[in-house]
Amino acid sequence: MIEVRNLVKEFDGTMVLKNIDATFQKGVVNIIIGKSGSGKTVMLKCLVGLIQPTSGEILYDGRNLTTMRSGEIRRLRRDIGMLFQGAALFDSLTVLENVMFPLDMFSRKNRRERRKRAEFCLERVDMLQAANLLPSEISGGMKKRAAIARAIVLNPRYLFCDEPNSGLDPKTSQVIDELISDITTDFDITTIVVSHDMNSVINIGDNVIFLNEGIKEWEGSKSQVMDADNEKLNDFVFASDLFRKIKVAEEIISEEEKGG
Amino acid sequence: MSIISSLESVGEYALLLKRVLTPPDRFSQFMKEFQKGVYALGVSSIWIVVIISFFIGAVIVLQIALNIDSPMLPSFTVGVVSREIILLEFSSTIMCLILSGKVGSNIASELGSMRITEQIDALEIMGVNSANYLILPKIAAFVVFMPVLVIFSMFTGLFGGYIICMVLGTPSVETYVYGIQAFFNESFVWYSIAKSMLFGFIISSVAAYFGYTASGGALEVGEASTRSVVMNSILILASDLVFTQLAMG
Repeated sequence: MIEVRNLVKEFDGTMVLKNIDATFQKGVVNIIIGKSGSGKTVMLKCLVGLIQPTSGEILYDGRNLTTMRSGEIRRLRRDIGMLFQGAALFDSLTVLENVMFPLDMFSRKNRRERRKRAEFCLERVDMLQAANLLPSEISGGMKKRAAIARAIVLNPRYLFCDEPNSGLDPKTSQVIDELISDITTDFDITTIVVSHDMNSVINIGDNVIFLNEGIKEWEGSKSQVMDADNEKLNDFVFASDLFRKIKVAEEIISEEEKGG
Repeated sequence: MSIISSLESVGEYALLLKRVLTPPDRFSQFMKEFQKGVYALGVSSIWIVVIISFFIGAVIVLQIALNIDSPMLPSFTVGVVSREIILLEFSSTIMCLILSGKVGSNIASELGSMRITEQIDALEIMGVNSANYLILPKIAAFVVFMPVLVIFSMFTGLFGGYIICMVLGTPSVETYVYGIQAFFNESFVWYSIAKSMLFGFIISSVAAYFGYTASGGALEVGEASTRSVVMNSILILASDLVFTQLAMG
């Protein structure tokens, strides 16, 4: 479980995150949504320690990240897996070498065992056939899947995903979403996804947090998102024509049921 | 304002070096990256060192032969002066100025690209000391390989002079060979090697600093690469002055 208490982040006097409180439970997919510039990515970077917050606490199962020394942060990070927006695979390494990299750095297993573990993770994301290809030789969706395999290879306790569906077609996005959801449940880890893709929210968002101009505007589950009475959240959700039509259709069905 | 930002950059560079100069997380991984660095920064630079040294060596001998036209000076002076120029300044300082363009921009653009594509962040998230993992092998590889490049440069520079003597005949090849052996001071070779290793450290670490701290997009990576070459050129010339005064003054 990750808890955020009174998180504030300022850049040159401008408050980007304003007193955020949140709890991210284990074994469920927590999604942070919001418009571009709402502070989602800054919040994610604060959570993993890539950006130092101005004030507030970030507790990883009770351990406060903001007061940790650099050595402690590095040890904590070995429990963290992260899927970056652009996958961030190492250009000079093959897919298999990318997945093996965390094992090469930190595992005491021999090379054969490390390879076996990496192949298992690649198989889990259905990427074993591309093991010997370079990142430049595979598609965006395959890169994301390889990056997920690399993120889970050390059995992390916390998984962070920054815009996992950006630049992907709807079908591939669904595959990535399902993968994230399955991994969260199978390995019982704390997963935090930053996204502005409403399809992801509806598919896998067990716990949804809506950020607006650095403020936590709303929190609930995927089933509550469509019916929320928060105006700013509705503006965000129903900016999509598809979701507007779904909402209208739901209202018509509901009225017909009442009438008939 | 620019003085403050310059001082900030010096401070950032020092803090980066503090992170770089620590024992590697995994020695086997360090050696792997070190070997890649030796090839990418050192071995692949041999051809440019050989070509440039050959022609500059030939031009030095040609210029000296054309300009020393005094009956008071023995003809082997051409060999002696050419040797001293090549050993003391050309093969270390001028060659490093040229290498700061090739190697410096290579390091800065590689690290800059890794920074903007979040590969460095990915290393940090894994708990790897990214500065140590990425930069230390490059610095070590280039500094260790620098003497090889300098020796190649010395030999091919002197060989370029030999060829020009063979073609033009003034001075004769025998006189030139006698000249490059006359009054030879071995310590000049060691001085040149030591100096080039210092320059190797400056080139690789300064370029790494500019690449590692790059932000933005492809344009900023290009700017970081350019700034690293400009800064390296200034630092090489300034430290050449200091090193020469300390070592030979």
